Amino acid sequence: MLKQYPTARYILHRGGWYFLTFLVAVTINFFLPRLGASNPVDIIMGKAGSGLDTEAAREKEESYLKEFGLVQVDATGTILRGPDGKPLKSSNVSQFFNYVKMCFQGDFGTSFQKYPKKVTTIIAEAVPWTLALQLPTILFGWLVGNILGALAAYRRGVFDRVFFPLALLLSAVPFFAFGMLLVYVCAIRNSWLPAMGGYAGDMVPGFNLDFFKSAGAHYILPFFSIFLILAGGQAIGMRSMGIYELGTDYIKYAKWLGIKENKILLYLFRNAMLPQLTGLALSLGGMIGGALITEMIFSYPGLGMAILSAIQGQDYPMIQGCTLLVTISVLIANFTVDILIGFLDPRVKAGQMGGN
Amino acid sequence: MLKLLKNLLKSPSFIIGMGLFLLTIGGALLLPFFYHVNLGLQASSYASPNGKFLLGCDHLGRDMVSMLIEGLRSSLYVGLLTGVIATTLGTALGIYGGFKGGWMDDVVNLVTNLFLVIPSFVVLILISSSLSKGRSLTLIGLIIGLTTWTWSARAVRAQAASLKSRDHIALARINGAGTFRILAFHILPYLASYVFMIFILQVASGILSEAAISMIGLGPLDTVSLGTILNDAKNQGGFGDGMWWAFMPATVIITVLVFALYIINTSMEGVFNPRLRK
Repeated sequence: MLKQYPTARYILHRGGWYFLTFLVAVTINFFLPRLGASNPVDIIMGKAGSGLDTEAAREKEESYLKEFGLVQVDATGTILRGPDGKPLKSSNVSQFFNYVKMCFQGDFGTSFQKYPKKVTTIIAEAVPWTLALQLPTILFGWLVGNILGALAAYRRGVFDRVFFPLALLLSAVPFFAFGMLLVYVCAIRNSWLPAMGGYAGDMVPGFNLDFFKSAGAHYILPFFSIFLILAGGQAIGMRSMGIYELGTDYIKYAKWLGIKENKILLYLFRNAMLPQLTGLALSLGGMIGGALITEMIFSYPGLGMAILSAIQGQDYPMIQGCTLLVTISVLIANFTVDILIGFLDPRVKAGQMGGN
Repeated sequence: MLKLLKNLLKSPSFIIGMGLFLLTIGGALLLPFFYHVNLGLQASSYASPNGKFLLGCDHLGRDMVSMLIEGLRSSLYVGLLTGVIATTLGTALGIYGGFKGGWMDDVVNLVTNLFLVIPSFVVLILISSSLSKGRSLTLIGLIIGLTTWTWSARAVRAQAASLKSRDHIALARINGAGTFRILAFHILPYLASYVFMIFILQVASGILSEAAISMIGLGPLDTVSLGTILNDAKNQGGFGDGMWWAFMPATVIITVLVFALYIINTSMEGVFNPRLRK
């Protein structure tokens, strides 16, 4: 099938694999929280079971039970109850299928904390902030780190001797530690820049100059706290890749031919970039985890904060919604990098096609 | 092996890294004998550093130096625990899969490929948030170890697979050595330095993961760790009010620990991969 279209076949093949991973992620997202001794289902069931609550609270609980398919209902939608008045629990399997169905409909349920707001609504408010912060930071950090790393590998000498330990130190600093340090130095000790939030507290988000100014000022610290560490890590990887490539024949040949340094550097960069791209895909998960914590440090109104407040409020639908969304974004990013590599490096596609 | 060790000891960054790391371990083990560790409530909230409390107190009025010693011990414990679990599991499965192939290799491969893209931070949050009671330091170490072994399995597998067709393996097989004998005596020794490097990185990632998960309020409930100190500093206002002693020492200790482990790793890379030397 699709023998004549290797590109399409490659994309389909990778896509199928990522779809499988997505299913596993959904399954994990459903079962892991239920492992614990105090799992969320029991907490909701416990609340609903006790008859002490007011009528309104009871109604709220019942709507959760029905929404997540936690209890058995009859045809009219009334909750079936056992002889002791407690709702009958539905089986794990039927809960699971209900959950998968909801996921595919893009419905993560209703938040506990911010009832009756839907989880998806809350997430939709947070995602633009996270995207605006993380996408440019990661791309930019990757690019700058790689260029500096290639330069360090090529030039060696003083530049490398100063640059390498610095990059090593930067890459070893945990995201959150660096964020805290930046806040302390730049915002608390000297109030150069605002410390918390995505915009000034007394503002309403909107399309006007003042808001953008405020958002811009709030953007600088979180940006640098992620960017510098990321660039440091990438530079180190690129440096050793570059040193390896320098020993290869094509670079030696190019040097003998007397090709200009800048041009050789370009060749070097292009060839060493591919493994770095793979590296980016592999470390994306970790990066996003780190960046989410950075958001928490800065109380940035993105997904990180949403997760933090959900954890503090034991808002399980919200936690599950956020974790699933983070996983899906990492999957999409990885898929994109995979396809990109397929286009940039003909060997990868060929490896997929041939053999077997 | 001896020669490698000699080369390692010639590398200044290895000496610095190992020295720093041993220093922190020594500190964690020995400091309680020299310093009276007291985690009780002794002073007012956020008392500033003075003669009695060298690094001040936290929001409850606990002595910060005692907290840091305890925290360092916890972080090292978690790091070593996760390092041992993840490296042992990863090495065992990776080496077997890479050498032997077969269905077990396929399963390990599938699992590693899945968990390379599913962020382990997410898995950690999901498990920890459901354990709102009885979340101990050991349990957190176990969870981190069991979610990060896939990475070492993948790394070891590639190396083991490349050794498979070496002559001395064939010779051992002709001599009637079984699979486990070959794995233990003819493959593992070749990978020893590599496995040690993986172990070092896993310890670092264990320390970082614990700190990260504690910072978002899902840390151990039975003890103080560097991550819980940071979490307290952030949640109880010490961070926002600029009480540097509430978070700066803990941050510095984590950074130094991880930095030491990282330079051990890069210096070993430099020794084992001569191309990086110059």
